[in-house]
Amino acid sequence: MPDIHHLNDLVTQVRRDILRQVHKVNSGHPGGSLGCTEFFVALFQVLMNRKEGFDMDGIGEDIFFLSNGHISPVFYSVLARSGYFPVDELNTFRLINSRLQGHPTTHEGLPGVRMASGSLGQGISVSIGAASTKKLNNDPHLVYTLCGDGELQEGQNWEAIMYASANKVDNLIVTVDYNGQQIDGSLESVLTLGNLRAKFEAFGWEVLDIEQGNDLEAVISGMQEAKSKTGQGKPVCVLLHTIMGNGVDFMMHTHAWHGKAPNDEQLEIGLSQNPVTLGDY
Amino acid sequence: MKKYTDTGKKDTRSGFGAGLTELGQTNENVVALCADLTGSLKMDAFKANHPERFFQVGVAEANMMGLAAGMTIGGKIPFTGTFANFSTGRVYDQIRQSIAYSHKNVKICASHAGVTLGEDGATHQILEDIGLMKMLPGMTVINTCDFNQTKAATLAIAEHHGPVYLRFGRPKVANFTPEDQTFEIGKAVHLQEGTDVTIVATGHLVWEALLAAETLHEQGVSAEVINIHTIKPLDDEAILNSVAKTGCVVTAEEHNFLGGLGESVSRVLALNDPRPQ
Repeated sequence: MPDIHHLNDLVTQVRRDILRQVHKVNSGHPGGSLGCTEFFVALFQVLMNRKEGFDMDGIGEDIFFLSNGHISPVFYSVLARSGYFPVDELNTFRLINSRLQGHPTTHEGLPGVRMASGSLGQGISVSIGAASTKKLNNDPHLVYTLCGDGELQEGQNWEAIMYASANKVDNLIVTVDYNGQQIDGSLESVLTLGNLRAKFEAFGWEVLDIEQGNDLEAVISGMQEAKSKTGQGKPVCVLLHTIMGNGVDFMMHTHAWHGKAPNDEQLEIGLSQNPVTLGDY
Repeated sequence: MKKYTDTGKKDTRSGFGAGLTELGQTNENVVALCADLTGSLKMDAFKANHPERFFQVGVAEANMMGLAAGMTIGGKIPFTGTFANFSTGRVYDQIRQSIAYSHKNVKICASHAGVTLGEDGATHQILEDIGLMKMLPGMTVINTCDFNQTKAATLAIAEHHGPVYLRFGRPKVANFTPEDQTFEIGKAVHLQEGTDVTIVATGHLVWEALLAAETLHEQGVSAEVINIHTIKPLDDEAILNSVAKTGCVVTAEEHNFLGGLGESVSRVLALNDPRPQ
């Protein structure tokens, strides 16, 4: 495992990447991206068993699907800083003819992306399919998925959640970004999910909570525990308790920055709270 | 006129089932998914022969499309089976994003299409599916005419890399195309040569077009009959050459003209050979 100080430096640098990507084009989704920064760094730098390079089939390695495609800024930053494509390409985020569209696509062949996402609620189904193929191929590696909590209001998720336990898809870890916020307000005010743990458990899943979802070491140890629960006949769900907008004080604890870019002054404040560590693109 | 013989009425969905059964033996990457309609889709034999490659998803078509898209990652070739209504309109966004836009090698196989579904009524007689599917990027759209052609198409699409919509139906209809045919995606089949009118037909109405040509022949009208099994990509050249000869065209399909074969033929003619239709 890489040095924890280096990983925390990477977290800070990724936050800068998120803010700068979104600011440059005055659009995008910084809130959820900032909240999931530690998760992405832990996943790609520590948890996933990855091959060198990228191929679509991902045989012989762990693979990841981003279901809530709107948090592409953190996905792109961590992919680039994990070697999938040049970090400078973050400069093209959301620009015409860029491989880094507002929501991820496979069309332009961006390494690290295996499925288009953006229309919500589809990633769990896709990841179950990929996990089923891994079983058919006798490939012992895992499939990881991240979805939003608001996203779970889409009905397809519950079709997939029902299917996965009924068919013992136990080489799959679905992480829910449990920040309690969505575009129109808090989850509670828009459409409450009620007791989410109880719902997953009622559907036959193994459920773990990571209470400190913005503490890198807590995320790593929590996800390692989740890995230890795979292969036991049940799909695994991690409720990752995060703070939307984490790391930029005025973006935290509100839904306001779900899909809004900072202006010049706000960017400077955000960047000053996250000083350069590994170098800007 | 060429004579075509109905070798015995059979349902096109059974042609799909026969093709899938054969693929089960010949292509170990083929997997099948079904949304609680295994018998209706004639997928029972595949399920019995290869239970590890058959996935019963229940009445949950949106999840089925997502599963199929994911299964392609790692090299499987998923064939999904449900009614045409539930294969397209119900799950359009799943197909658009996870299959078509992501260019996944999924074969969406749809039975009970069109009005020949019959007694189930209008909720199930989808007449919009061809239009929906042909608009999607990279999607091949096929509507086969009889048992033999449906079986041949089922085998052929497994060899084609990319998403495919294969449309067939429920009733027993004439089986008149060769048992040993090679199915060439995108290639029209000339069934009758004629000089007065071109009948461009797809699906179950191809046989009806042949019957119409016989009636027209008795009335002194020479009808050319073209079987368009692949609506996208369309064999533009076959249509243009025929209509250049006959100067008149009729389309026959179990689908709304809007979005259907009729509109595709109109487009080809308007772009290449504007003349009264």
